[in-house]
Amino acid sequence: MSDDILVDIQDLHFNYDGRPVLQGINMKIPRGKVVAIMGGSGCGKTTLLRCIGGQLHPTGGSVRLEKHQVCQMSEAELYRLRRRMGMLFQFGALFTDLTVFENVAFPLREHTNLSEEMIRDLVLMKLEAVGLRGAHALMPGSLSGGMARRVALARAIALDPMLIMYDEPFTGLDPIALGVIGRLIRSLNDALGATSIMVTHDIQESLLIVDYIYFLNGGQVVAEGTPDEIRASRDPFVHQFVHAEPDGPVHFDYPAPSVGQDFMPGGAHVGAA
Amino acid sequence: MSGPLDLVRSLGHATVDRIWRLGFATRFFFAILLHSGTAFRRLPLTLREIYFSGVLSLMIILVSGLFVGLVLGLQGYETLQRYGSTEALGILVALSLVRELGPVVAGLLFASRAGSSITAEIGLMKATEQLKAMDMMAVNPIARVVAPRFWGGVISMPLLAAMFSAMGVFGGWLVGVVLIGVDDGAFWSQMQSSVDFRYDILNGIIKSVVFGFAVSLIAVFEGYDSVPTAEGVSRAITRTVVTSAMTILALDFILTSFMFRGNS
Repeated sequence: MSDDILVDIQDLHFNYDGRPVLQGINMKIPRGKVVAIMGGSGCGKTTLLRCIGGQLHPTGGSVRLEKHQVCQMSEAELYRLRRRMGMLFQFGALFTDLTVFENVAFPLREHTNLSEEMIRDLVLMKLEAVGLRGAHALMPGSLSGGMARRVALARAIALDPMLIMYDEPFTGLDPIALGVIGRLIRSLNDALGATSIMVTHDIQESLLIVDYIYFLNGGQVVAEGTPDEIRASRDPFVHQFVHAEPDGPVHFDYPAPSVGQDFMPGGAHVGAA
Repeated sequence: MSGPLDLVRSLGHATVDRIWRLGFATRFFFAILLHSGTAFRRLPLTLREIYFSGVLSLMIILVSGLFVGLVLGLQGYETLQRYGSTEALGILVALSLVRELGPVVAGLLFASRAGSSITAEIGLMKATEQLKAMDMMAVNPIARVVAPRFWGGVISMPLLAAMFSAMGVFGGWLVGVVLIGVDDGAFWSQMQSSVDFRYDILNGIIKSVVFGFAVSLIAVFEGYDSVPTAEGVSRAITRTVVTSAMTILALDFILTSFMFRGNS
């Protein structure tokens, strides 16, 4: 594997309760880049992210992170690797019994022997980076969705990770918070010299900040390219996604019997015991 | 089509599910033991849980203990006076409490007050992805969240049972001696001479420790294994209270049959 590639995913398969979720994913994430993984709901994006983080074990294929085969690592080895990863969860996943300060200090206290003064300075620096130094004494319950996401981002970068993963970072945010989070993802990635993988639905914001995009559908990579290539793409899936069209390769309707079967006399089966 | 085959299938499914959960609970218990080092190396984590499980349960334990003692005093006096042995009220109250009512009622109260709270907290941490976040931060949730709560419960339970029994004895004294007029000296001296430390008190302590292990394990397991939804957490809390109550009563019978064989 080239040194330029931080994450190399080869022929990755994952089944959930016998149902295939990922079906032969191949992906390369270069160092220092922000890469988006996009696709409709339930297409396997978050599952893929959790396979990269080692929280799920794939049924086939491999995930290589630097020189490590993530799927074959012991728990202790995985934990050592995760100290160099940061993850932003969809709704922040802040510890609700800890203040903003304590949340950001959490990984520092768990994994370092730094003095309290040093931890204080580092936490305030991280909070300053996301514009929330003044909110250090607040409890997570008193934060807005966007603020909670920014605190979680400060916590994710507390140990200066080499890889930052974002699970739907834009969900439920107003346009201002969305833009702020988007710019933070880009600027923090560049400032820390990290690599970022972002799972998202938000095509317009992603096109502004990412270096490369993979589109997933049905557990497979169906399209990929730089933002310019994606904008110019004539691929029906990409076109439907970028322009938010209801008709196209991705069906809006969940599979169902014909309308006649459900509505014509004698054909009703919905609700039948 | 529903029929006997479906019934057999659902019974089989339920049985397999129960066995699977039992196996998972056993593995979970060993995982807690394996990761208990953190709970003792970082004592403040466990002390915090002793505060939440023990100190915050103290009021309900003391008030319940007092009322149970008051009732024991009244009922005991009413029964003993038929045989002209009201001086034995102290023995009756003390033995009932230290052998049975102290550990059992304190265990039931502990399960409903602290056990349900532990399950709710861990269940909600799971539902809001806090446990996953911790795992992704290379912090083992069993070591950091589960083990301190488990040991906090195990340590709190015998202390609460002792407080319950002490308060109950006080309640019995209040009714028997202060209100009814049983002789104060007889109440205490009979109790001192007849309650054996090893046979009565130590066995009561052993019971409360066993109940502490059982309730704490059930509480942390149900929280950790809960379905991460509002309904799932609610069901887990109900299971904690019901399973703990059944387990305490069943264990009490087993322990009593081994401990007290009529040779006191």
